[in-house]
Amino acid sequence: MIDVLLAQIRYRLASAWRAPRLDLPLLGALLLLMGIGLVTLYSASDLDRGYVLAQGLRFVLGLVLMLVISRIPPSALRNWTPWLYAASVVLLVIVVMHGEGRGANRWLDLHFVRFQPSELLKLTMPMMIAWFLNGRQLPPGWTTLGIAGALIAVPAALIAKQPDLGTALLIVASGAFGIFLSGLAWWRIGLLLGAFAAAIPIGWPFLHDYQKDRVLTLLNPEADPLGNGWHIIQSKIAVGSGGIWGKGWHHGTQSRLEFLPEHTTDFIFSVFAEEWGLIGVLLLLALYVFIIARCLWIAANARDTYSRLLAGSISMALFVYVMVNGGMVTGILPVVGVPLPLVSYGGTSAVSLLAGFGVLMSIHAHRRTLATH
Amino acid sequence: MKSLRQRIKRSVQGHKPIGEARLEAAQFQRRAYAGLAIIVLCLIALGVRFWILQVRQHSELNARSDANRILTRPLPPGRGLIYDRNGVLLAENIAAFRLEVTPEQAGDVQETVTRLGEVLPISDDDITRFNAQRKRKRSYEGIPLRLKLSEEEIARFSINRWAFPGVEVVPYLTRSYPLGAEFAHTVGYVGRIDEEDLAALDASEYAGTTHIGKTGIERSYEKRLHGRVGYEKIEVNADHRPLRVLPGRVAPVPGENLYLSIDAHLQEVTEAAFEGRAGAAVAIDPRNGEVLAMVSVPSFDPNLFVNGISSVDYRGLLDDEKKPLLNRLLRGTFTPGSTMKPFVGLAGLELGLRKPEDTVLSTGEFFIPGQSRAYRDDVRGGFGRVDLVQAIARSVNTYFYSVSLDMGIDRFSGYLGRFGFGQPTGIDLLGEGSGVLPSREWKRARFNQPWYPGETVIAGIGQGYWIVTPLQLANAVSTFAARGVPHTPHLLRAVQTEGDETPVLLPLAPEQASVIAKPEDWLAVQRGMVEVVRAGTARAMGIGFPYDIAGKTGTAERFSRTDETWTSISASPIERHQVLFECFTPADAPRIAVVVALEAGRSGASDAAPIARKMLDAWLPGDQQRQRIETLATAGGSQP
Repeated sequence: MIDVLLAQIRYRLASAWRAPRLDLPLLGALLLLMGIGLVTLYSASDLDRGYVLAQGLRFVLGLVLMLVISRIPPSALRNWTPWLYAASVVLLVIVVMHGEGRGANRWLDLHFVRFQPSELLKLTMPMMIAWFLNGRQLPPGWTTLGIAGALIAVPAALIAKQPDLGTALLIVASGAFGIFLSGLAWWRIGLLLGAFAAAIPIGWPFLHDYQKDRVLTLLNPEADPLGNGWHIIQSKIAVGSGGIWGKGWHHGTQSRLEFLPEHTTDFIFSVFAEEWGLIGVLLLLALYVFIIARCLWIAANARDTYSRLLAGSISMALFVYVMVNGGMVTGILPVVGVPLPLVSYGGTSAVSLLAGFGVLMSIHAHRRTLATH
Repeated sequence: MKSLRQRIKRSVQGHKPIGEARLEAAQFQRRAYAGLAIIVLCLIALGVRFWILQVRQHSELNARSDANRILTRPLPPGRGLIYDRNGVLLAENIAAFRLEVTPEQAGDVQETVTRLGEVLPISDDDITRFNAQRKRKRSYEGIPLRLKLSEEEIARFSINRWAFPGVEVVPYLTRSYPLGAEFAHTVGYVGRIDEEDLAALDASEYAGTTHIGKTGIERSYEKRLHGRVGYEKIEVNADHRPLRVLPGRVAPVPGENLYLSIDAHLQEVTEAAFEGRAGAAVAIDPRNGEVLAMVSVPSFDPNLFVNGISSVDYRGLLDDEKKPLLNRLLRGTFTPGSTMKPFVGLAGLELGLRKPEDTVLSTGEFFIPGQSRAYRDDVRGGFGRVDLVQAIARSVNTYFYSVSLDMGIDRFSGYLGRFGFGQPTGIDLLGEGSGVLPSREWKRARFNQPWYPGETVIAGIGQGYWIVTPLQLANAVSTFAARGVPHTPHLLRAVQTEGDETPVLLPLAPEQASVIAKPEDWLAVQRGMVEVVRAGTARAMGIGFPYDIAGKTGTAERFSRTDETWTSISASPIERHQVLFECFTPADAPRIAVVVALEAGRSGASDAAPIARKMLDAWLPGDQQRQRIETLATAGGSQP
């Protein structure tokens, strides 16, 4: 069984190497983004090569994974989807049970590798929604919506319980985008958003105290400048002091002098904004827009609904990362642990993102195959 | 049932009817465009948010970023040194070590202090001061706990250093007075800045400075001595740990070095001459008002006060019945007694009441016409008929009773006020007393009583309400010696600012008009004073001195004299009198005026005059040398 799997992987790698079926503009944009990420990380870690090397290795690992996945036809992915989804939910349950009463426990230790099962869902969730909607009458009605909602809600609730609101949010978003792209009627969307808004006051008491603090701090960070407000205030200072042109690479005093917390991970965007200024920020945002647009273009050219929905929701989820992280560092969204895609330091996120792009590459590569089928 | 199976099959194979698939593809495309539009709008909103922070709020946030990282550290200026007129060091800055606690790093501060107390002696005073300072400082700033650690203490702490995070031995400069007690009442001392000082001083100028002048020259010339504070900007990280010094350092300007007019050698001899007896002595150069020596005995070690005197030491000084803390020069209260006679005699001449050759018959008793109270002479039966010179030389009371009675108190106090009695001299020291010049107004204000003629009579011999400070009397003698030309006494002679190679003499105050109208009046009184030393009450004091000395003794009752007590005067003479001596020399062109005042003694001639002679002897060699140089200079200058 494992022999077969290994042989498969070896074969896919070999063929990927011989004839990579990759979308070159997307690949180029991703490599550029990773380059920016490493350069920023080098500065944010105060010229610590260890950080850059570790992150680079993860990128390499992620790129290999992308190559492998790009060789897997979407039809195969579609067939595996329910099992992958089920497996990731089971892993989540294990983590939740083990993590009971020990604060934030998101990690699963498989001895040879530690990872967060919630990261798996960033891929398996849009796959599952795409798979589910693929077999349904579209645009979806209330029944379809209800089932899809349950498919999203169960793992999201498990992740929120860890508690990891940021990831839960991303997973809900990636599922919801699938439904959105499947053509859910606008009036239904309006109704759902209205219901969601109405649920906020009801859900408020169920939030953890620290989560409430984060939201309250957002509304008035100066109320507790050395405690809960510190992150937001220092991040705003970092961003604002960058000005139009920025302080220059490795001249960001806020991060170098450690006023800015988490400056290699969640708040690396602040470092980037401080050192490269508004110009750098706008160019970076433009790069993200390009990647998202390119992904949506790939999605639109996919030849079946499953591929389309999957590719579309992965690309739109990327936007959520950027928006939530950017909103956080500029103090318009609460502090939730959402990384800046391919720039923030951290392995699981980079690898799962690149795996997602692998899926996109596969969909891109197989569009003709399917068309001529 | 069929449709369900079909659906499952469809979902597994991904095949939908062609029309449906096309519809879905088109639907997707519309949604993708909508999604992209929403995404772009949201990211534009995010971009706007960045623009708000990075452009509109840039200056404010940039300032906060600088405030975060840049700490302005004051560089306290080095305090100016104090020298005597010949360059003898009177106040210097020496390296010392203090123990500092940084609360942020120390953790439990009270516990740390308690544990430190087991390693080093730490007094309650230290802890009180430490706690007071702690309130004013930020938690990442070091606060001195103990100053002036001994080598042994440093060693003992170093061994235990590992147990005290946030506690450090820090080098600093501390004030030191190498001549100690000798100058405590003139140079004064610095002490730690206290709440009262803080309220008065310019906080930015004293940022980083711990000490400030408290008394004496140290206080009155605080501004010159302090210098100007400098600054350096240092970059700190979030833990306030300094990382590097940024450009833009403003160097501190050290305080000026002060050169006093005092001659340390003369000062030393003077102090020694007192042999511990309580009193004060002043020597002034009458030509310019420079104070050559200023001694108040007993004194104390000013070094004790620099780093905070212990309460035991302080109590000891306060409780000492000889009052070492009292500055007798400025605030001593002496009844001038006969030392006033030359001034009263001069007043009689100047006001036209007497001529120098006018005589008075001394019978031993003087009566105000119509009154029965007798005012005595020092010798039973009196001195016979005396003129002004003899009256001064032999200290004949009757002469002065009579002249002051003729003068009346208003003219009396009006004239003597010209010599500075009853008011501070204006010397460059703070806290000067004004003494008492008896007058109708003073008595009205003080006691709300009218003036009686008898009080005028005893005022004529320097008794009654008269109070002078030694400095006041010296100023008056100096003014007289300068033929009536007053010079405000002063201690600061020259200053050396940074960059000056040699000290620069301060300009003298503009010469004032003489307070003596007729030079012959001065001459008559001066002759009387010369007679005092040549053949009068103080004849022993001038023997063997190369210059003519003009002087006058004073032996004043410590308690107000009445007829009854006068008879028992010899019971315990040493306790009974305040004794004084005033003199100047050379008599014709005086270059030094001296006043010696002892709180207790037998007589001015026997106790105060010898001290004055020792002072003159100490002064003489330097003066003779200066005279020779001047003569050579004039001779050399006159040659073609």
